[in-house]
Amino acid sequence: MEILVCIKRVPDTSENEIEVKSDGTDIERDDLVYSVNEWDNYAVEEAIQIRDKVGGSVTVVSVGDEEAEEVLRREMAMGADKGILLSDDAFEGSDGKGIASILKAEIEKGNYDLILTGAQADDGAGQVGGILAAMLDWPYASLVNFLEIVDDNKIKVGREIAGGNQEMNEIDLPCVLSIQTGINEPRYVGIRGIRKVASLEIPVLGADDLGIAPGSVGESGAKTKRQNYFVPELGEGAEILEGSTDEIIDKLIELIKSKGGIK
Amino acid sequence: MARQVFAYIIHKDGVVDDTALELVAAAGKLDPDASITAVVAGAGAELDTVCNEVASSFAEIWKIDDEALAYVNAEVLRGMLVRILPKGGIVLVPYEHFGMDLAPGLSVKLDAAYLPDAVDFEGVEDGRLKAVREEYSGQVSTHVLCDISEGAVITVRPGSFKANESKSANGQVVDKTAEAMEGDLPGSARRYLEVVEAEIGDVDITKSDILVSVGRGIEDEENLEIIYELAEAMGGDVSCSRPIVDAKWLEKSRQVGTSGQTVKPKVYMALGISGTFQHLGGIKGAPFVVAVNKNPKAPIFQIADVGVVDDILDFIPKLTDRINEIKG
Repeated sequence: MEILVCIKRVPDTSENEIEVKSDGTDIERDDLVYSVNEWDNYAVEEAIQIRDKVGGSVTVVSVGDEEAEEVLRREMAMGADKGILLSDDAFEGSDGKGIASILKAEIEKGNYDLILTGAQADDGAGQVGGILAAMLDWPYASLVNFLEIVDDNKIKVGREIAGGNQEMNEIDLPCVLSIQTGINEPRYVGIRGIRKVASLEIPVLGADDLGIAPGSVGESGAKTKRQNYFVPELGEGAEILEGSTDEIIDKLIELIKSKGGIK
Repeated sequence: MARQVFAYIIHKDGVVDDTALELVAAAGKLDPDASITAVVAGAGAELDTVCNEVASSFAEIWKIDDEALAYVNAEVLRGMLVRILPKGGIVLVPYEHFGMDLAPGLSVKLDAAYLPDAVDFEGVEDGRLKAVREEYSGQVSTHVLCDISEGAVITVRPGSFKANESKSANGQVVDKTAEAMEGDLPGSARRYLEVVEAEIGDVDITKSDILVSVGRGIEDEENLEIIYELAEAMGGDVSCSRPIVDAKWLEKSRQVGTSGQTVKPKVYMALGISGTFQHLGGIKGAPFVVAVNKNPKAPIFQIADVGVVDDILDFIPKLTDRINEIKG
């Protein structure tokens, strides 16, 4: 099975406090720790497990600048066979449809059976997979937390729905799926693993290579554009307890007790 | 001519989802003069119940009634909606598991703009809608401009618009089934099989008065011990946020959130939990919420009653010791 996984390099929210620049044009990016989007990492793990079971190959692809190469390499260290970087100044400022158009151009050059994306990203909104599927006229399922290969033509997927329930579907290949966290346990990638793939070449393709008209993607092609960042108004917000740890603890216990929180 | 706004109605077992009235409010905020149409899909008597209920809130109701929609599969419904929705319309869809399945592709098929996960609207100027979104788990917000002049599909975050309860409409139901069913049944490449119900765990956290809930801040499975110890000292039960279940450290039945359990405790201890809207969506009944998190920007502090900015690994053992000391 030929599998393509679309991945993205994002600021790691578990490692960073995200601050807005004073002019609101962006977030403060100088000291941010970046990593592969968490959902995408589960998607890559799933793809590797499928390949190891039924054969084929796993390709990871990212639309981004040259820094995105580091996350492609990380996922290759995990076990992906190949990485492709789609990068061009003309891609900058693309909305979800722009990103999907760029990916579609690459997908149509290949012979893929299965396209995986993460179900969402911390700086996105879970849109690229669904848009891409519709552009390709392939079936789609979102929030996939179970995947089983039935035969060469179809797979069984479970979708995470409300209340901890799971919706089971059969879906024909080729198809696009967005992968939810928890579907597997992504393997650990150490420095040694990354060193092993350090010399592998990652082709970089631009708008010309992909046959994309520059104005159709990027900022000029985007119908949805981010205007500025701001810090949300907190409303009431929590009363933040101050003082020494002992003082805080005594205050807190008193409050919890008064609300019936200590039996 | 008034702008046409369509609201997709989520329902289950004949009961209309809370998001229906939130979409009435959202549509009104988008354009106070808009004509708002509810779109309801399903089958049989259940669907009629739903249509009757939303008739008091929408001027018009479009229904698609067919056995093929007894369980609504987004792939099937999308193909039908493309047949009935006019070009240039605005379509509002709740941003939850069904909307995420339906909406992005619908925007492509309608050749309309797509605006995901809006939490507020701030007006339309020159055909461009100014909307508010959240990024980085709610740590920052953004203003987004969306060109809606040639139609748009917009997903709206559940709970972000205050439901319009006026129920002053007397909507007419228009049966769109024939138009929607014209031609082959769409979406046949994905076939719904069944819903597997959540497993019931050893503790039913939906019945707990005191929940000691743990999130990513616990860092390691071994550290869960300090959470159990606090729960025991308080006489409560242990629950958690999604990353803990993803890591398989606790069973799914302990997960609070829209994809897990909906809980109604008196006291909710959110420990090392950032507070994504999916997690907060599972906390009902206005409990007293205590948040402990080392990140002062964590959105959980916006909804908590009282907060402590500290590392739970340092703070919780001390809190537990002190409670045990007092209890003797």
